[in-house]
Amino acid sequence: MSLTLAEVEHIARLARLELSEEEKIRFREQLSAILDYAARLQEVDTRNISPTAWTVNVQAPLREDVPAQGLPTSEVLSNAPQVQDNQFRVPPVLEG
Amino acid sequence: MVAFEAVIGLEIHAELLTRSKMFCSCPVVDSTQAEPNVAVCPICAGMPGTLPVINRQAVELALRVALALGCQIHPVSVFARKNYFYPDLPKGYQISQYEQPLAVNGILPIETESGWREIRIRRVHLEEDTGKLSHVHADGEVYSLVDLNRAGVPLLEIVSEPDLRSAQEVRAYAQTLRILLRTLQASSGDMEKGALRIEPNISVRPAGSSTLGTRVEIKNLNSFRSLERAVAYQIEVQVGKLSRGEVVEQETVGWDEAQEITFSQRSKEEAHDYRYFPEPDLPPLVVTPEWVESIRAALPELPWERQRRYVEALGLAPAEARLLVSDPALADFFDRVVGALKRAPARMAATWVTGELLARLNEQGQTLEVLRLSPEGFADLLDRTVEGQINLNTAKGVLQEMCMSGKPAVQIIAERGLEQVSDPEWIARIVAQVLRENPAELDKYRSGKSTLFNWFYGQVMRLTRGKANPQMVREELTRCLEDQVRGES
Repeated sequence: MSLTLAEVEHIARLARLELSEEEKIRFREQLSAILDYAARLQEVDTRNISPTAWTVNVQAPLREDVPAQGLPTSEVLSNAPQVQDNQFRVPPVLEG
Repeated sequence: MVAFEAVIGLEIHAELLTRSKMFCSCPVVDSTQAEPNVAVCPICAGMPGTLPVINRQAVELALRVALALGCQIHPVSVFARKNYFYPDLPKGYQISQYEQPLAVNGILPIETESGWREIRIRRVHLEEDTGKLSHVHADGEVYSLVDLNRAGVPLLEIVSEPDLRSAQEVRAYAQTLRILLRTLQASSGDMEKGALRIEPNISVRPAGSSTLGTRVEIKNLNSFRSLERAVAYQIEVQVGKLSRGEVVEQETVGWDEAQEITFSQRSKEEAHDYRYFPEPDLPPLVVTPEWVESIRAALPELPWERQRRYVEALGLAPAEARLLVSDPALADFFDRVVGALKRAPARMAATWVTGELLARLNEQGQTLEVLRLSPEGFADLLDRTVEGQINLNTAKGVLQEMCMSGKPAVQIIAERGLEQVSDPEWIARIVAQVLRENPAELDKYRSGKSTLFNWFYGQVMRLTRGKANPQMVREELTRCLEDQVRGES
């Protein structure tokens, strides 16, 4: 299974990554190799196995609806490169 | 000329009324009131190494809504990651449900001009809200600010099938759903605060066709009025394009409230690629049959059932029934009044609740919760009126005082000497007095100005300070005036 360059560019755009022409070719090879490796799973006969996202038989634990105070605002914002008016300041965005 | 029909489906997001967030214990705060970033923890801030844990109450409320809509509940449902980059989404993905939602295949009955219609519900699922972005243009700089208070608040997404055919039906669907959410105490349904977000998908096709046209989605609608207008506008635009032989492009549009037009926000070429996959941090959500049954058993009377009962069992006028049902708190109050009535009919209670009481609430901008009026006290007032202890007009004044002072009707009537007098001799004496003291008006009446009847009636009521039995006053006045006219001829 070989990815096209257009597919690599699409994935890069989704990840907001800018790739050089050389990188596009290199990542195309690497990503294709990863997909080929994962594709080996296709060889398994799954005709009598129902699809699942979980391999162990667990169910999600539920939490009671009891609020608890989170972090102080200063700590919430402590990793932000830019802060203004107790908010994260980011480059302008209109539609993503 | 070809006739066209609109095909519309709705996606509705409702914030659920939980105390804490969907996947962490941060309190849910009013994002229009609270200081920014005061309800944020490592989980909803998307810190590495944290794990989400599902809020049981969010599932409970979602099940309540799904069951009220008659949905089929999936005993096992799966959360999924919806991946996209946007600054209001700290993790870079939203935890939602995709392939196996909590519930599917429901029905919402709506009342239209041509009677009741059943709108099919495709799916009901749980997800988390995003943070709030503010776009700033100041001092020559342009940037955005991010507040994460809302990030992780539980959202219920309700998706209809494309069964709606007009802007009016879209509005009826959205309003009925909001009444349902409020009746179930699942969401505040407050559109202005963003607790209820409605996104219609609209396409148009030649009438009778069974294929679907290209659809356009509308966002940023913050009132039912905008919803109805935006949908009507979009239908007109699409019919215009198709009539001229143009094509409708798939896109997302926003609604410009001031100009009353839709404007393009995103075209198909820029459509998102969300790369959904099962959320590895959350095992499947299991809902036991016992849990489902206990919620089903505790469901309150549903709005459309209530409306039918009001009309069919209580004999209310359809408009009154509709008005009562549209406000679950008011309808609850009405039901308690009806339960406490001894002599007055339910219809009278409906007229008073939707008339006098609602007028009083609107006048003072009050809600029922702050009003010092018990349903039992209100029922007692209506009973006393029907029994003839006070007349209708006096009762209105008594109601006003009951609302303000919280005193029972019986006390107000006694203190103010308002009790209706039905003594025929006393009434006859006062009627005679009024006729005697107003010879000029009596002459005019005799010469044919019969509208003066009401003036005489007003004089009698004034003299008796509104206490005289109105029916008896009318009868006595009619009799005396007829005598006068006969005496003349």
